[in-house]
Amino acid sequence: MSRSLRPLVATAVIFAIAYALAVMQFPSMFSTRVLGNFLTDNAFLGITAVGMTFVIISGGIDLSVGAVIGFTGVLVAVLIAWAGWHPLAAFALSLAVAASFGAGMGLAVHYLQVPAFIVTLAGMFLARGGASVITQDSVPVNHEFYDWISDLIIRLPGGGRLSFIGLLMVAVFIVGALVAHRTRFGSYVYALGGNPVSASLMGVPVARTTIGVYMVSSTLAALAGIVFSLYTSAGYPLAAVGVELDAISAVVIGGTLLTGGYGFVLGTFIGVMLLGLVQTYIIFDGSLSSWWTKIVIGALLFLFIVLQRLIFAASAQGEKAS
Amino acid sequence: MTRRILSRLANPQLLALVGVLLINWLLFPNFFRITWQDGRLFGSLIDVLNRGAPVAILAIGMVGVIATKGVDLSVGAVMAMAGAVAATLVVAGYPAPVAVAAALAVGLACGLWNGFLVAVLDIQPIVATLVLMVAGRGIAQLITEGFIVTFTDPVLIFIGTGSFLGFPMAAVIALALLVLVTLLVRKTALGLFIEAVGVNRAAASLAGIRSRMLLLYVYGLSGVCAAIAGIIVAGDIRGADANNAGLWLELDAILAVVIGGTSLLGGRFSVPLAVLGALIIQAMNTGILVSGFPPEFNLIVKAALIFLVLIIQSPLASRIMPTRMPVRETSK
Amino acid sequence: MPDEQYALEARGIVKIFGNHVALDAVDFGLRAGEVHALLGENGAGKSTLIKILTGAYQPDGGQVLADGAPIHLDNPQQAQTHGIGTVYQEVNLLPNRSVAENLFLGHQPTRFGLVDRRKMERESRGILRRYGLEIDPSSELGAYSVAVQQIVAIARAVELSGKVLILDEPTASLDRNEVERLFEIIRDLKARGLAVVFITHFLDQVFAVADRVTILRNGKLIETRALDAMSRTDVVRLMLGKDVAFSGATGVEDARPMGDVLLDYSQYGRKRSVHPFNLTIHKGEVIGVAGLLGSGRTEMARIMFGADAADEGEVSIAGTRTTIARPTDAIRHGFGFCPEDRKAEGIFGDLSVRENIIIALQGKLGWFSALNRDEQMEIAGRFGESMDIRAASLDMPIKLLSGGNQQKVILSRWLATDPAFLILDEPTRGIDVGAHAEIVRTINRLRDEGLALVVISSELDEVVAYSTRIVVMRDREMVAELNGENINPGVIVQAIANHRDEELA
Repeated sequence: MSRSLRPLVATAVIFAIAYALAVMQFPSMFSTRVLGNFLTDNAFLGITAVGMTFVIISGGIDLSVGAVIGFTGVLVAVLIAWAGWHPLAAFALSLAVAASFGAGMGLAVHYLQVPAFIVTLAGMFLARGGASVITQDSVPVNHEFYDWISDLIIRLPGGGRLSFIGLLMVAVFIVGALVAHRTRFGSYVYALGGNPVSASLMGVPVARTTIGVYMVSSTLAALAGIVFSLYTSAGYPLAAVGVELDAISAVVIGGTLLTGGYGFVLGTFIGVMLLGLVQTYIIFDGSLSSWWTKIVIGALLFLFIVLQRLIFAASAQGEKAS
Repeated sequence: MTRRILSRLANPQLLALVGVLLINWLLFPNFFRITWQDGRLFGSLIDVLNRGAPVAILAIGMVGVIATKGVDLSVGAVMAMAGAVAATLVVAGYPAPVAVAAALAVGLACGLWNGFLVAVLDIQPIVATLVLMVAGRGIAQLITEGFIVTFTDPVLIFIGTGSFLGFPMAAVIALALLVLVTLLVRKTALGLFIEAVGVNRAAASLAGIRSRMLLLYVYGLSGVCAAIAGIIVAGDIRGADANNAGLWLELDAILAVVIGGTSLLGGRFSVPLAVLGALIIQAMNTGILVSGFPPEFNLIVKAALIFLVLIIQSPLASRIMPTRMPVRETSK
Repeated sequence: MPDEQYALEARGIVKIFGNHVALDAVDFGLRAGEVHALLGENGAGKSTLIKILTGAYQPDGGQVLADGAPIHLDNPQQAQTHGIGTVYQEVNLLPNRSVAENLFLGHQPTRFGLVDRRKMERESRGILRRYGLEIDPSSELGAYSVAVQQIVAIARAVELSGKVLILDEPTASLDRNEVERLFEIIRDLKARGLAVVFITHFLDQVFAVADRVTILRNGKLIETRALDAMSRTDVVRLMLGKDVAFSGATGVEDARPMGDVLLDYSQYGRKRSVHPFNLTIHKGEVIGVAGLLGSGRTEMARIMFGADAADEGEVSIAGTRTTIARPTDAIRHGFGFCPEDRKAEGIFGDLSVRENIIIALQGKLGWFSALNRDEQMEIAGRFGESMDIRAASLDMPIKLLSGGNQQKVILSRWLATDPAFLILDEPTRGIDVGAHAEIVRTINRLRDEGLALVVISSELDEVVAYSTRIVVMRDREMVAELNGENINPGVIVQAIANHRDEELA
């Protein structure tokens, strides 16, 4: 088995075992309703995590995604509720704003040659600050289009429902996987994360790829912001605080190497589902408190970082010595 | 001699601080007014010192970490944990010194854990410290069982809100720590070794410097500083708020260090300038507050500040401007 | 115009860095269907020439021609379109991606906008087969040995370029069988009409595979000649610039009374790095280490100092057995080490000259007995004077100093620790004449003061002048120990060039 697959398999096995144990304890967790809600409740996190997967595979990190979600939610809400725009027009504008925002961060990462975390940290401040400058309150959205979207559901046998946003997340994962694994852009992203010097010698357009990666991440974060707005029917500047950490955790737990070069978009899907499972389990249990989520995520993160270290350390050493 | 002192005072960080304070004064004419009341000083300037202290303390720990080419993302979460430990212990009836000692021990343990991951397991610092950044807050909530643990212990409250010679206790602690750590790194060879490891770890190893131990100490110190900041913040609000104590302060601390002229790529560092960086950030905060802007405005100013510093420090800028801005202080 | 057409030609190439002439009117012609070895010690200008031929550098004079027509190369991609492909010593591929993707990155076949992986892998399999590789193209490149990766890199370069293949030290980390396999591929490519440039430090390999050889020294073209008319000794002599006939007379000092034994390495070695060697070092002697680059001389220095741990053999100091597993062990016993790569392993670029001088002493003293500024200034000033370090101020960053002065600083760093034994790896490489003389003078002085030294150098005249004994390294092995009458450049060249017949597979 290829060594890059090993963390992914570990995640899948852990998820299967954890889910089986949870179902043994609470048989009702094995139902279409719970599964449907899994998708709906984690839709915005999942979409964000797809973008984060690209960034991390390229060897970077994006701390601004939570803030972009918050900003987009506010922008969309204000455009619809105050300016009277049609939601689709508001969506289009906010996606465009986010794309150029991401391009700006990519430019800074590439041309200033500074660590991505500090650039995207500035991006985080900028987006949160921008959202708060627009409004500091929660802006409710009441629009028939929103009602129409939330009625778009597929009912499953057993009382489950597949919501539009849940399906949207699945679609984003599929498209993301295709882009990552089946396009030249995708191969450039991996090349960049593997070894930027080799990549550039092999003809990879390094600047364009770096900018593209951060554009993808910000645009998907904005899409997640739209989903969040559909989910909550409101825009709030402090929404989705800390989602960047959840997204990074989901990506790493899904088998992507935090230092770049290896990873799978579909692995991130399992990572998101595993985080969702932890949360759902804690809700089902009732006696466990919500903070266990963070502790479990932290423990999983540690487990996978050490696991990757062990799998990749030996070979990395070998490459250096030779 | 005086000329030398003057030329050292004319560093960009100090000029920036003066500039920010002057802008504050223009926006809010009473900015420099300081009054004496109930045996302590009051005024916006004092407020800058008081509110800036926690980030200054974090920056004192962070600057050594960054000088070794590392970063410690966990300090905010460590603050929450330390505050939770101290608050929970005094509420359970333990005397304050025990609570403080326990909180400091927790901070040290967290720092050594980070140091272990970085120095021994050779995990990238940003990755290694992310673990505690994510889990730390959960652990803090576990300690407080999800509540904001309020306390009435006079010693802890004094640490957070008291005054010494008229100055806020937090600022006094920060100053003491500044002096202590500056002496520690500059009167021993520690500072030189940290810079050597940050500049060239391979050469440091050949020159006989044990970089592993050094990294352990540096991350340990960062953890202890975070714990001190956590105790102050808990004392200030008379309670431990596991959710919000120290939230995003790791980023402010990193920013303070960067403003203080220490490169994120490691090497030369200055503890006093990092503290000055923290004061610049707080002066902006306070200025925005007192002049009536929404506090969130501050985030945008901070973002602009990061870009400004990054552009000044970037290789691109040094290519355009032949003489580089003197952003790096040479050690004495 | 010669009647022979060159596939790739460089005429009168000049390249200047600052005030250093890296290439001085160098001509180089490469025929289709030949393997052309490019030889020279470090600093001879090989890599500069290669970088000009691949478009990484632009020449300051002269021109590059392909098939007789002048071409202009701005970047490696452009060289590729002119049919010039390069494979570097460190495989510049992506170990994290599949073999097929490494062959096709940037040129993947697509269908409906998506990479047609099946087609890519099918074509990859065909290409790999031509190079004798029966491996799964969908598997990760990093899972294979360096040799296989090297062949994949050659395949990529040839498939994308197809006319000229430049191999920059491709065999540095391959074992004998792997080298032989690589040679088969090179011969095969030659038969297909490719022009191959082959750079290596292993003379056996040059004679095994190359048709002609071009030798550079100090940026100048020394000779281009067909190899079948040359002996190994000829080649080494041209590379090192030593005329054996005249060098026998170089003054050899009378055997001096040996000091006490300081160090004894016995069957000391490290797998895949240096074969076990025996070396006894006395006080007051300089042991010169001769050998071409890649002969294991640096590796030997590193395990002697504990920079890499030895995994066999033992060492005793003044008769007592001890372990030297890391540099701090060595330093505690009074060792010092000036590494070959000054910039990467020697200097602390951003730190001051003063700090660079006192750092090893401070490391020995520990944190708490910190030298204060005055003491540091005193020590740095003392060595600044005695070593004639030319710096505007001892407080300026060392990276602003010239190479020679940096080297004097590093030497001072160890002298400040009052050492008993110094290992100097190429202490005089790439430095100006004045600093060179100063360092040679210092080596002589230290020997007379009773220190033991091991000095690695490619400058044979120099090694002969200060060494009491010389050991010769070849193929990671200590192959000869010369003393007395035998210390002269001619004998050394002979020892370096010698090859044992059983080594030829």
